[in-house]
Order: sequence, then C-alpha cells, then structure tokens
Amino acid sequence: MADKKIRVLVAKPGLDGHDRGAKVIARALRDAGMEVVYTGIRQTPEMIAEAALQEDVDVVGMSILSGAHMALFPRVMDLLREYDMDDVLVVAGGIIPDEDVPALNEMGVKGIFGPGTSTDEIVRFIRENVR
Amino acid sequence: MSDELVEGVLAGRRRAIARAISLVEDGGVEARAVLATLHPHTGRAHIVGVTGPPGSGKSTLVNALALHFRQATDGRHPTVAIVAVDPTSPFSGGAILGDRIRMRDLAGDRGIFIRSMASRGNLGGLAWATADAVKVLDAAGYDLVIVETVGAGQAEVDIARTAHTTVVVEVPGLGDDVQAIKAGILEIADIFAVNKADLEGADHAVMALRMMLDLNAGGAHTVMHHGRLMEVATQATGKPSDSAQGKKAEGWRPPIHKTVATRREGIVELAEAILAHRVYLETTGDLAWRQRERAAAELETIIQQESLRTVLARTDQATLKSLVDRIVQREMDPYTAAQRLLDS
Repeated sequence: MADKKIRVLVAKPGLDGHDRGAKVIARALRDAGMEVVYTGIRQTPEMIAEAALQEDVDVVGMSILSGAHMALFPRVMDLLREYDMDDVLVVAGGIIPDEDVPALNEMGVKGIFGPGTSTDEIVRFIRENVR
Repeated sequence: MSDELVEGVLAGRRRAIARAISLVEDGGVEARAVLATLHPHTGRAHIVGVTGPPGSGKSTLVNALALHFRQATDGRHPTVAIVAVDPTSPFSGGAILGDRIRMRDLAGDRGIFIRSMASRGNLGGLAWATADAVKVLDAAGYDLVIVETVGAGQAEVDIARTAHTTVVVEVPGLGDDVQAIKAGILEIADIFAVNKADLEGADHAVMALRMMLDLNAGGAHTVMHHGRLMEVATQATGKPSDSAQGKKAEGWRPPIHKTVATRREGIVELAEAILAHRVYLETTGDLAWRQRERAAAELETIIQQESLRTVLARTDQATLKSLVDRIVQREMDPYTAAQRLLDS
C-alpha cells in the first residue's frame, strides 16, 4: 500500500463569494498529492464541521475575506472539539489582520496564511504539522 | 481499536463510520479484520449507482434524490448514505473531490452521510475500496446507499457490480455520441435519467434511448441487457436454472425519465422508478441472483489481488528483475515468466 494520503477539507465560511484563492489552494494541494474535499462558498460552521467529520479529514483549511473570522472560526473549533476531532490540523487564509492572529492561534488555528503566501509554504506547513 | 471501531459503526456513530471508511480505503490487516466483523451485518441496504458523463449533473441529481427520499410524504424517510467518487490525478496522486458542492442542501440532516472518495488509480469508475466503503455504510444501518461514479463514458461499468439499481444519466445534445456509447455504459442501465431536460434536444435523446431499447428487445434481450454480469453468473453458478431464466425473461425494460435536477423536476418519478426496480428485483428473484453475482465477482477480484500479492511477496527483486530482463531481451515470453513465478 502507498503511504497514507493526506485528506484536506477546503471550505469558505461566511458570506463573501470570492473563492479564487480557495480554488488555487485546492489545486496546489492536489498537485502535492493530497486528496482535497472542496465544499465551495457560503459554508456555515456547522456544515464545515460536519463535512470534516464525515470525510475524516486530517486538515481543515478555511478561506475568508469578509472579516467575520473572529465570529466563525471559534464556532468551527468548538464543533470540531464536540465531534472529538481536536487532532485535526486547522489552517486559515484570506484577509486576516495581524492583531487577530494570536487569538486565533490560541483557539487552535495553527497556520494563518495571508495574501502573497507561496503555495509551497502552505504545502510544507501541512506536511510538517499534520497529525 | 478495531473492536471499538466496529461497535461504533454498528451503533451508527458517524465518527466511527468515517474512520472505518478511511481504514478500508487504506487497506491492510486491520481493515480486513473490520470488514470481516462487519460482513454478517451487511446486505440490508439498497444500493443505487448513479453514473454518466462528466458534467451531466450526477451530483445535483443525487442531491435532489436524497432530499426527496428524506422529505417524501409517504412516511418512509429512509436514511441515505452517499459515496461520491472523483478521479485521482495520474501525475500527482492527489485529487479534488468536489461533489459536496452540489449537495449542500443535505447538510444538517443527521439521516444523511456523505463521503467523497478518490478513485486512486482504479479505472472502472469507482475506487478499489468503494465496495468496501458501501459495506461499512450498509452495516451502519443506512437504508439507501447511493454511489456516484467518476464521470464515465464508455467502459466504466464497475458500478453495475456494486449497485442493485444502476441509474445512467444522459444529457441532451450528445448527438451521435449517444450512438457511440451504446456498447458500453448504456447496457448497464436499469433506469435512464435524461438530465438537463430543459435544454434543446431532450426529446431527441429520449428517442435515441428508446430506439436502442427497442433494438434490445426480443429473445436475446435478457442475455444482452446485463451481458457482462450474466457471463460471470454462468461461470460461478453453472447453468442458471430454467425458472430463474423464465423470471428474467419477463424482463425489466429500463424506464427513461426526463429530469431537471437543479429545479428538482422529474425527481419524484425517478425516485419511484428506483423503488419499483427494488420491488422488481425482490419479486423476480433477480436480487438474490445479483447478490450471488456480486459475491462471485468480488471473490474473483480478491483472488487476483491476493495471488499477485503472494507471488510478489515470495519473489526477490533480483529474480523479478532478471525475468524482466529476459523478456526484454526476447529470451523468454511474459506468459512463461509469469508461470515460473506462479509455480515457484
């Protein structure tokens, strides 16, 4: 058997419809040999956590540009804990102000990647930090 | 670990179900142990395959069907599990599994479980592990398991060996392609859905399918209809009994339904056809026949994989390499080389 595939959920929580970034990431992860479950835009925290549970992913990646991250991410983290999935690596991208980063790290969002991050860096971070 | 997992699956716990599917996808000793323990608990679910060309609307149709079954007013409300297969990149080994995008209406319903699956190099329209994932979901108690294949054109007919009822999705405007694919995927259909039926050419597509079915009618119909499966049957069970033949001869003519999945049009009729096909399978004994077929085909596949594994395990790399060298040098043919390894 080949070594275990890394399964990643890529989701866009919140109401902004700008999914170009999420798609670029999904594609880059695919090219890095990962299996990417892509859920598309306008996902609620409940939808994201449920998909992560059913798909048994190793990584949850969320992209958000609307500014609602401080409202939505904590809810996703709570639900993942509730589902006994606290070993899942959670990463985020989009527009996230620097001052919010410590609080997000604190609640368990391990990697935060803003505009201009190279996809190689994200792939490397996932490989190094996945359970 | 695996006892706890099996217990969780049988109790219908979603985390356990999800983990068990990952386990069978990756294969190995523990996966087999889990499948062995689950096996006696399988065989209850009705398995529906949905296949058709890329972009024909399979995911949207599955979404609409699942929604219909869950919301139908007939009081049945079967629980529904969905396995959606998308292709693995032959270059990177990665995959984008996008079928959930079209299934967002199903979120929040605890009676629905959706799992995306990468084909991982298998070419028949499913992944190697799809049938095993279906078993996990069957054992977990889902009444209906819908399997959506990779976008399929001609030869991806594995689904017919996994599903009780195969829905082949067509779309208008394929024109001559409808003729071209006659020899493959159309033969495995128990039900046709002509999706995107609001587009021009829908009636033409229906007519082309109807004509094909008319050509199939007559004495050879039952043999040709599931030709591929039938062959396996005769090998595995000997000559099918006359009564079974007689029952099959009454025949199921695949109905053709026009649908517009995005607007949920034609879904009620399609769902009814699926239920009617189940009744047909049960009343004619065709269900038992198909289950035997499946078991035989599955056994054959496992024997193939296992003998390959066994032979490779006991053959050292040097021997293998020298045999390959001799084949390339034209000193030995590959059949003789293979026989030598099998006999060793």
